[in-house]
Amino acid sequence: MGAIAIAEPNRAVIDERAHIIEGLAAILPGENLITDARELVPYETDGFTAYSRVPMAVVLPETTEEVSRILAFCNEQGVAVVPRGAGTSLCGGAIPNEDCIVLGVAKMSRVLDVDYANRTARVEAGITNIAISQHVGENGFFYAPDPSSQLACTIAGNIAMNSGGAHCLKYGVTTNNLLGVKLVLVDGTVVEIGGEHLDASGYDLLALVCGSEGQLGVVTEATVRILPMAEGARPVLFGFGSSAAAGACVADIIAAGIVPVAMEFMDKPAIEITESFAHAGYPLDAEAMLIIEVEGSDEEMDAALARIVEIARRHDVQTVKESKSATETAQIWKGRKSAFGATGKIADYICMDGTIPTGRLHEVLPRIGEICRGYGLRVANVFHAGDGNLHPLILYNVNDPEDAMRAEMAGNDILTLCVEVGGCLTGEHGVGIEKRDLMHHQFTAADMDQQLRVRAVFDRKGILNPGKVFPLDAKIAAESELQAA
Amino acid sequence: MTLLLPESEAEAAAMVGGASAPLRLEGGGTRAALGRAIQTAGTLSSRKLTGVTLYEPAEMVIGARAGTPLAEIEAVLADKNQTLAFEPMDHRPLFASEGEPTIGAIAAANVSGPRRVFAGAARDSLIGIRFVNGRGQIIKNGGRVMKNVTGLDLVKLHAGAMGTLGLLTEVIFKVSPRPPATATLIYHDLDDARANALMCAAMGTPFEITGAAHLPAGIGDERARTLLRLEGFPEQLDYRSGRLRDLFDAYGTPERLDGDPAAALWREVRDVRALVEPFDHAVWRLSVPPRLGAGLTERLRGTLDCRVLYDWSGGLVWLGLAEDDDAGAATIRAAVHDTGGHGTLVRGSAELRGRIPVFPPEPAAIAKLTAGIKASHDPKGLFNPGLIHPGA
Ligand SMILES: Cc1cc2nc3c(=O)[nH]c(=O)nc-3n(C[C@H](O)[C@H](O)[C@H](O)COP(=O)(O)OP(=O)(O)OC[C@H]3O[C@@H](n4cnc5c(N)ncnc54)[C@H](O)[C@@H]3O)c2cc1C
Repeated sequence: MGAIAIAEPNRAVIDERAHIIEGLAAILPGENLITDARELVPYETDGFTAYSRVPMAVVLPETTEEVSRILAFCNEQGVAVVPRGAGTSLCGGAIPNEDCIVLGVAKMSRVLDVDYANRTARVEAGITNIAISQHVGENGFFYAPDPSSQLACTIAGNIAMNSGGAHCLKYGVTTNNLLGVKLVLVDGTVVEIGGEHLDASGYDLLALVCGSEGQLGVVTEATVRILPMAEGARPVLFGFGSSAAAGACVADIIAAGIVPVAMEFMDKPAIEITESFAHAGYPLDAEAMLIIEVEGSDEEMDAALARIVEIARRHDVQTVKESKSATETAQIWKGRKSAFGATGKIADYICMDGTIPTGRLHEVLPRIGEICRGYGLRVANVFHAGDGNLHPLILYNVNDPEDAMRAEMAGNDILTLCVEVGGCLTGEHGVGIEKRDLMHHQFTAADMDQQLRVRAVFDRKGILNPGKVFPLDAKIAAESELQAA
Repeated sequence: MTLLLPESEAEAAAMVGGASAPLRLEGGGTRAALGRAIQTAGTLSSRKLTGVTLYEPAEMVIGARAGTPLAEIEAVLADKNQTLAFEPMDHRPLFASEGEPTIGAIAAANVSGPRRVFAGAARDSLIGIRFVNGRGQIIKNGGRVMKNVTGLDLVKLHAGAMGTLGLLTEVIFKVSPRPPATATLIYHDLDDARANALMCAAMGTPFEITGAAHLPAGIGDERARTLLRLEGFPEQLDYRSGRLRDLFDAYGTPERLDGDPAAALWREVRDVRALVEPFDHAVWRLSVPPRLGAGLTERLRGTLDCRVLYDWSGGLVWLGLAEDDDAGAATIRAAVHDTGGHGTLVRGSAELRGRIPVFPPEPAAIAKLTAGIKASHDPKGLFNPGLIHPGA
């Protein structure tokens, strides 16, 4: 499907494929270099499956040293490199082109060191998000940012996308939980940024790398904050007669000085889809539903939930389900956590990821409905209510190219709307190729120029993950000035 | 010496566009003594760019022009029972400076305080900026929503860049509810190593310590004090302090301090009051892995006559010592380097700050990136040249 252009591959580079593979073979053992046409297929796309291109080769290095030599070689040869973790990106951040090689870090997945007194863990970048929490779990610790894809996605991908999760209202997103990285620059130079201490010295390069979508360097190791688990966690589920009431309830909870760990919102279509899939006991008569989770000791949770329920009653809550046990907790979360999977069962969908100021929710939700109806499409809304990060799931039929095109157009309209009301194009999934051409809605030419100049400091030739984030025709203004500098 | 006082962002941009000689960037000037001693022909001040531009308590977000006094921001937030989570330090006591700290400078210098160990630094709360770059262009990055990964994060890059990359004209922070109550447990007479161990162990409990500091004997009191702060609803504090007391009874029985006296004590920690005098002494700020704080100072005390104060569970070590020779720079930097952390000379005479590196020197590959980023924002080297490193 789709209207998103993928850059014309450079034929001259493709013609050199044999020579390039030969160079890579000198760096890596054979089993870590994939060149066979069939074996390349799994790397042709990521979670944004509507677009795909088969790369020239895939390398799966096992050490930073190998990554360094691969980058030095590719940089010298002018071959573009697409870094890859688990390939779960929803914005096409890890989709290659035919003149690229894919550099996957999945084979670098060890925990290197855990220091509970410092509350830090040092890991190789290809480790899955969940594996960190599993590793430190027996000691009562966990790694906080928890994208729904956490079983599969890697910390490398999380860093590149600055990923979030359901619990980031309290614990922050990746950038707030990252203390250091080992980064291989495009020319193969290895740098250490940050470490087990709290603050950067000099420019905060760590913050710059986090969310840079693989365009500033390849991350091979990370030092992350681990946190002690709360004594307990318990959700309450609310059903409301309108999304405006649910939104007002969220605002009042925050105004009362309560910041729950999570506040998840689902609209009627989302409730129906997940309920028929997960049988989580969701209120089918509700127009909007909230799952609010608090943490602490039993008494603390009782007190916090009592405060929250009292606020909800002021907003005419229709259904209140307080979890009384671990089973009930799992039940309440089951629907929300399977929202994407459940949606996938009934139709193909694209998952949008804009953020809006939460105060605009009551006007944005109906407009999202109108936009989708205007294209003859259905939409279900799931979102992080505390921070305004929306995930409209637009349903369509992947086998109908026109339907697919309409879904993409509806998505663009929704994201433009998010920007128009003071929000942004992407809250946690990244820009990738998906939102690349919408960047000018959020940024002026000068804003983007400034970002491109910073990117050029790291990668002058655009070897790393080209064709992502910035519109294909985006160029640094006054290029000559840059060369002189 | 010219003083440029733009009254609007557009005017600021025009002034920068027309500037031909380097400028010192300034807010309230209360932190003018931070960084290497630099000379410029002119100063560009944000002082007249004032006013809260956005405040949505229910969205936990506040925006203000860079020159807005911090006091005004705090008052506006207090009115709705909210606060800046990172508890910014006030540098006035340390520098004996006057004037009003501005919100823009808090962002530019990434100024945090004790709660940083729990809630993150100023950079973690900063979600949007507008600035004028060295080309005189007005640039925005980030925004008013707390979940935003659109494009490169220049917001946090500017936090701590000390105005070397641009004049911040507007900043947007995420804010937090003001804790309804606080309780501080004070353990007495622990040596530094035991205090460090207690703080790190306490931070590893689920009881959400929002401040962990150690004031050795002779720092503000004859007896050593180790402070653990809890914040929350009153009944919660009783429960949590009880649990901590039980868990750590091997460290003695803590005294509990609440209310204003406790707040005053944390302000003393935040502003490093104990090292203000003697005023001619140098003050270093060492950022190290928390576990290694006490070991580091033990090593330093072998050769240096210094007074110390620990915050951030041992991860922030303040050091005061006489300004002889290099004020301990070589010894301190070598020892800090071994921990993996870094040290900054926060207070020192202009002469000293001209002679020794104030910020830790960078490895060649990082220095190259630093220089590149500086040039990407400020190709002519107009803003605070040499404030962080010679040339940056
Ligand atoms: C079902 C589902 C649910 C999801 N839920 C969430 C959610 O709740 N929150 C959320 O934030 N996201 C979510 N995502 C999106 C996705 O999982 C995240 O973006 C994740 O961080 C990607 O990790 P990955 O390992 O799969 O990276 P990939 O998809 O392989 O790559 C992502 C980006 O990282 C770059 N990259 C990869 N490795 C490196 C490296 N070593 N160095 C530099 N750059 C690198 C790639 O070039 C690419 O740009 C979801 C995705 C799916 C499919």
